[in-house]
Amino acid sequence: MDIEKYISSGILELYVAGLLTEAENKEVSEYAKSHPEIEREIRAIEASVLALSKAASPGLSEKSKLDQLWLKIDGNDKSRVVELRQPRRNWFAYSGWAAAAVLLVGLWWVYNQNQELRTDMQTRVDEVQQLENQIEEARYSLTQTQELFNSLRDKDVTIVPLSGQEVAPDAYARAYWKKDTQQVYIDAQGLPEPPPGMVYQVWSLKLSPLTPTSIGLLDSFATDDNKVFVLENANESEAFGITLEPAGGSETPTLEQLYTLGAVAAS
Amino acid sequence: MELELLVQRFQEKDRKAFEKLYEMYHINIHGVIHTIVRDKELAEELAQDVFIKIWNNADSYNSTKGRFFTWILNIARNTAIDELRSRNYKNLKKNLSADYFVGILERPDSEETEAPDTKGLKKLVKGLKEKCIELIELLYFKGYTQKDASEELKIPLGTVKTRNRNCISQLRDNIDLEWI
Repeated sequence: MDIEKYISSGILELYVAGLLTEAENKEVSEYAKSHPEIEREIRAIEASVLALSKAASPGLSEKSKLDQLWLKIDGNDKSRVVELRQPRRNWFAYSGWAAAAVLLVGLWWVYNQNQELRTDMQTRVDEVQQLENQIEEARYSLTQTQELFNSLRDKDVTIVPLSGQEVAPDAYARAYWKKDTQQVYIDAQGLPEPPPGMVYQVWSLKLSPLTPTSIGLLDSFATDDNKVFVLENANESEAFGITLEPAGGSETPTLEQLYTLGAVAAS
Repeated sequence: MELELLVQRFQEKDRKAFEKLYEMYHINIHGVIHTIVRDKELAEELAQDVFIKIWNNADSYNSTKGRFFTWILNIARNTAIDELRSRNYKNLKKNLSADYFVGILERPDSEETEAPDTKGLKKLVKGLKEKCIELIELLYFKGYTQKDASEELKIPLGTVKTRNRNCISQLRDNIDLEWI
């Protein structure tokens, strides 16, 4: 190879300028290793460019000191670590906790809703039960009333109105006497509520001579709703009377406490 | 040999070796960047950025690809041109070629106090034709290819290589004269 010609071709100047292809660069650097003249020439070209570029600088200030450069290099490294990693980690952590908190609140809310619904449903079940009971009671009451009603409209029933006496002029009652079944229905709707410790006692009366026979007590007067009481009566009664007696009843009627009285009409 | 060893140590992240390379070349890098951006302080900032890049990319240099200075010269040019681009210069090429050394050299003497080194620069390019100075500036400082430079200076592509050699030779002569 003609080294002189190679040098004078201008390829080494372009090598220093960085304008050759990768293959050309490799070639030149290999020639430079094996030919000292080429190496020397390259250094001389580089020196001239260095001189020119140095002259092109209008001078450097304190900013270009080495410690400033290290500050930037080391500072940059640190700030990169801080800027890139920490916020990212924090963001993930915060969002994770936030999601967990939202989930917890959500679960708590759903649990509460469920409890409320259960309570509501239990209340409704209880209400339904109560209504069913009321219907049952009403049906039973209706049946009872129906039976009572049927009994009272029977053609063999003797109706005896009992009117109020001196003690209670406003009181009244009715006796429905079924002779064939020997039963007396006492409708005590018009009697005042007996004072505590006292009870109404119903008497069958024979008039000549006056003979009272007890046919029963109107027990649980206050709690009986329709105030109709069924009593046995096998007597040939001519009149019925109701007196107020001490609880348990008396052997003979206390006439001062005679509330109502009525005679059986002659048939 | 000493340079090769220095570069090798620097590539092993030896801070002292890197500092030596910085002392050797940072004023040259500043000069190259200043030629492009024409702002002394900005050029200093960019020169520091260049050396940060050099430190962070130490692995990517390979001596078979060229001279160490050529490598950092290329990084400096790209950094400066990127800066111009980021500032939205509409016609980058026109901007790059509009203002040559010649422009600095032709300024009135009153401005010399601001740029004291123009004296040295004047000495270096003394006797060089304008086309020569422009060619050197385009190829070495502004990263123009031979083709780009031939179009810019309106000279035949085939003559760029030899003309550049002649221009560099004159520059070398001026440097040699300086030592005398």
